[in-house]
Amino acid sequence: MSWFARLFAISSKEIRQLARDRITLGLIVGIPAIQLLLFGYAINFDVRGVSTVVLDQSQTSLSRRLVGDLRATQVLGELRQADSERELRELIQRGDANLGIVIAPDVERRIADGNRAALQILVDGSQPALENVAAGLRSIPLLQRAGSTARPRLVEIVVAYNPDKRTAVQIVPALCGVILTMTMVIFTASAIVRERERGNLELLITTPVTRGQLMAGKLLPYVAIGLIQTTLILVLGYWLFDVPVAGSLVDLYLGALLFIAASLSLGLFLSTVAQTQFQAIQMAIMMMLPSILMSGFMFPFEGMPAVAQGIAQVLPLTHFNEIIRGIVLRGASLSDMLPEIAKLTVFLAVMLTLSIARFRKRLD
Amino acid sequence: MTIAISARGLARHFGKVIAVAGIDLDIPRAQIYGFLGPNGSGKSTTIRMMCGLLVPTRGTVTVLGHAVPRESEVVRRKLGYMTQRFSLWEDLTVTENLDFMCRVYGLGRAQRRERMADRIAGYDLAAIAGQRAGTLSGGERQRLALAAATLHDPELLLLDEPTSAVDPQSRRDFWESLFALVARGTTILVSTHYMDEAERCHRLAILNRGSIAAEGEPKQLARDIDAAVFEIECADLVAARRALAALPKVRSVAQLGRRLRVLVHREAVDPERELRMALAAHCPDARVERVGASLEDVFVAVTRLRNAASTVAERAA
Repeated sequence: MSWFARLFAISSKEIRQLARDRITLGLIVGIPAIQLLLFGYAINFDVRGVSTVVLDQSQTSLSRRLVGDLRATQVLGELRQADSERELRELIQRGDANLGIVIAPDVERRIADGNRAALQILVDGSQPALENVAAGLRSIPLLQRAGSTARPRLVEIVVAYNPDKRTAVQIVPALCGVILTMTMVIFTASAIVRERERGNLELLITTPVTRGQLMAGKLLPYVAIGLIQTTLILVLGYWLFDVPVAGSLVDLYLGALLFIAASLSLGLFLSTVAQTQFQAIQMAIMMMLPSILMSGFMFPFEGMPAVAQGIAQVLPLTHFNEIIRGIVLRGASLSDMLPEIAKLTVFLAVMLTLSIARFRKRLD
Repeated sequence: MTIAISARGLARHFGKVIAVAGIDLDIPRAQIYGFLGPNGSGKSTTIRMMCGLLVPTRGTVTVLGHAVPRESEVVRRKLGYMTQRFSLWEDLTVTENLDFMCRVYGLGRAQRRERMADRIAGYDLAAIAGQRAGTLSGGERQRLALAAATLHDPELLLLDEPTSAVDPQSRRDFWESLFALVARGTTILVSTHYMDEAERCHRLAILNRGSIAAEGEPKQLARDIDAAVFEIECADLVAARRALAALPKVRSVAQLGRRLRVLVHREAVDPERELRMALAAHCPDARVERVGASLEDVFVAVTRLRNAASTVAERAA
């Protein structure tokens, strides 16, 4: 009984301190709310109306149908015709067009062949978002009816679960993971390191408090904060952006709980390495950036090189994104996501083991 | 006389730096034992090894019959530790800090209430009970820290420079509290660099460069001092000082107002005559008087001697 009494003593002290720290308290609610508004309203990954130049070297009914299909996607805006490849390149170079489409003279044979490219798409590489557009165009099912073997899968998924292609629908669940990573890792790492910096830890570790009580007691309040933030994001997402939860809420919270635990264990581990709060925050940011950039939150996971994909596998956010997108958007259940759950559990176990091994009730 | 803490060959290195260079020590129970030494003499490191916060590089230490650091957890239930720096929570009030420490030590509700009321009254904390610790003065913080360290009625108190940020009156009160605790059987180890505090201890170890330079009761240490102490009065103290410092047997010269306090090596056959002769040229009016040694003289004698000896050794090497 006294085991838990000590744990709760530490937790309630932590909560009391948090409650007095108005700015931090504000950040707990403010970070999710502001980020959600920012990403939800301001950032739009959908690219529409891209000015395009077409060089139709074939001039057949099929090539004209292809151009018509491309136009129908609404991704392409103003369409210009070029008469030569040189003209097409010049238009792109001058910035009059951002995308160039070259239809080969023997387009029909190429489509039938299936091995050779029928369309060449030139992209203004200085604008990263356009590459995604080109990637999207490549999988548009227009080639299907010509008997092609191109993969139309990507577009089908997007159409099925996010028919309007609204960014908010993708952003809200993914943002949940990003915000939890931010608060859970940084808050816990600095909460523990702060006590070390201020000398509180030297006093605490000379008391009968055990390592387990100390660590669990410090982490417990942050589990609650993580769940509050999850709720806040989901509620705001529903109110402001009409993002409903297709799957079960219980599954969603269980998945969130696992991810929160994994993030906290990472924060705990960082706190055993960092000596000052400044170092702890640097380390947390070092983990944050790859989490945001490589977990599939910003850029499609498929487009990344193998090394990056490998690194992404280590990041808990990658797996949580899969879980939460599955539950919120596709109505999947946790049992559909056993590999992701397994990976998060392994991450949690490894981080906890490392932290416990590194955290000593000593100063050396 | 039973022993509370005993150390044998206790040493701690930090990389190439030798913080504690192998000390032997027996600290009796129910007494105030002092560690007197300049900054960096190894006081804090030794205390930290005693509470199991640092693992000794060599040697052993037994605290209340338990080997540390192996049995640190048992020892931690029986000891109270006051860190050099105020280490309670500045954003919690006095009462909240005490309540938290009670819970950490696993005291039940009734005990908690009784102990807190007792400490708040005993350490004069009632007026500031609702104040956050961060807003307290040095003396108030120190009373709170001592109250917190004694909540679980520890057999042993380790106090690491408890009075460094405290005014003289608060220091006096603090020491009264310590004697009250000793009267109830508590053993107290206190480190300090104040002579007046060291004089109040039952026993004392003077630490210098990680070693024990002298050990014993303060009075005894002053009697056994390895030097003769003189006070000199004259008109031109600067000249007198220069003349005395040139003498090989003189170990230290310090000015106290209009007088010079001079420590002369014991080996000098007639130190008084030697001093008079040295002063005759520049200060014919000088009055030389032999006086009893103070603890400060002992401190200067043992630390200067060691330092001088090691400097010579370093030069030779």
